[in-house]
Amino acid sequence: MSAKADPDLKAVTGSLTRKAPSLPLTERLIAMPVVLPLLTFAVILVLWESATRVFAIPSFILPAPTRIIEGFSAVPPARWGAHVWATLRVALIGYLVAIVVSLPIAVGLAKSRLMSRAFYPLLVVIQSVPVVAVAPIIIVVLGTDDAPRVVITFMIAFFPLVVSMTTGLMATPPELIELSRSLRAPQYREITQIRLPYAIPYIFSGLKISVTLAVIGAVVAEFVAADVGIGFFIQFSTSMFRLPQAWAGLVVLVAMSLLLFQAVSLAQRVFFPWSLPKERR
Amino acid sequence: MPVAQNAIDFRAVGQVFATESGPLTALDAVDLSIAQHEFVAVLGPSGCGKSTLLRLTAGLMLPSEGAVSVFRQPVTRPRDDVGIVFQQATLLPWASVLDNVTFPAKHKRGRVSAMDRDRAAEVIAAVGLKGFEARLPAELSGGMQQRVGIARALFLNPDILLMDEPFSALDALTRDAMGFELLKLWQASPKTVMFITHSIPEAVLLADRVIVMSARPGRIIADIPVPLGRPRDETALRAPEVQDFAAHLRDLLIAKEAAQ
Repeated sequence: MSAKADPDLKAVTGSLTRKAPSLPLTERLIAMPVVLPLLTFAVILVLWESATRVFAIPSFILPAPTRIIEGFSAVPPARWGAHVWATLRVALIGYLVAIVVSLPIAVGLAKSRLMSRAFYPLLVVIQSVPVVAVAPIIIVVLGTDDAPRVVITFMIAFFPLVVSMTTGLMATPPELIELSRSLRAPQYREITQIRLPYAIPYIFSGLKISVTLAVIGAVVAEFVAADVGIGFFIQFSTSMFRLPQAWAGLVVLVAMSLLLFQAVSLAQRVFFPWSLPKERR
Repeated sequence: MPVAQNAIDFRAVGQVFATESGPLTALDAVDLSIAQHEFVAVLGPSGCGKSTLLRLTAGLMLPSEGAVSVFRQPVTRPRDDVGIVFQQATLLPWASVLDNVTFPAKHKRGRVSAMDRDRAAEVIAAVGLKGFEARLPAELSGGMQQRVGIARALFLNPDILLMDEPFSALDALTRDAMGFELLKLWQASPKTVMFITHSIPEAVLLADRVIVMSARPGRIIADIPVPLGRPRDETALRAPEVQDFAAHLRDLLIAKEAAQ
């Protein structure tokens, strides 16, 4: 049936198209969570590229994006792989050590007021020590293999984990603890079946913060002493005055941090979907 | 010697808490007996020690003075024959309705048997949640969540059910409906119920007897049987003598507050 043959239908569809609300441009842009930031990013890149050309900015002050890409391709993929792997390995080991160490400490802090009074101030003191300043000392003490780098990474990644885990373990509704006591269940099950799962959302905020901090820790350690790794690569390229390459290293680092952050977010979404706010499930 | 066996006995019970601003008397010289299968509402303003009464019965705390006994045994620790329903359902957000209801078994014994699951299905059906076993708490309304809370408390088939303002977080309509359902459950499977509330209509609708408490220190100022037969429905609440009774309770509460 054609619309022409039926004037009534035409009137109806006509009024429908007229009445269908068209979203304003800003609303439609907000509805594109991936496209919009990419668009912003592209605009910035174009501005950046044109600025370096128009004002003839030397590449050792601010290399154009195209120069950074050239710098990136000047290094063979195998070299990149070695650098990335070195940094990633130290970051992940330090991160895992931080998780493994912070969990029992958090349980102790959450369960015992005595422990929390005794040790919390000490933890704050440790956190207040600028790790960048201690890094050279640690290298001297522990040598130049992975051990000192892991320790430095651990020191940076550890504190947010302890704080978020402790907060999470104490966020359990008191009624559930009463339920546990009224059932006369073994103490450890109060931790494993109630407090720990309740702490999951808090633990994951800590895990997300710490995973990017772990990358920073690994880079700091490489700045001090290393012969491979992105941190080392950036420092080496800078000393050779190959600034576009140093920038390329930076880009790789950012990509690494983003991917790790997304991996942690994904783990939460896959394994603990209930722990996310409703609108993000 | 009372004819029916007493389920709960308070003898000259006092409870004093140490606080930063000095000792706080939550309960003072409380004498109270609740017979087996009796439904008793404890009515009072906030801070009158109603919840302390409940926690003492549950064995979650011990009295500073006097003695609390359940089935003539002094309460020294939590008992298996006492179930608790809290003000908020406080379910485990990661666990399904079924897992929340069987949680007492998992928590106490470390595992959930096939028998436990059958029992859970039974209590879930009893609270009207058949078909919702696999849902997560976040997918349920407040009233449904509290039904799960009740099912969890009934799961171990306690002789005594302690309810701490269980419907106070619900909207008025849901609240009335839940009250009637609770009565049905109680009539189908009689239990001794201590029902803490600050709502006069709720106390009148549900209880055999209303205990009225005053605040700071928490004392029992009245202990009155509800002049209303069973089964009860909405119309029973509109009877003039019931209205008078509710007004009397209100006067007791207000007079006490004004005196302070």
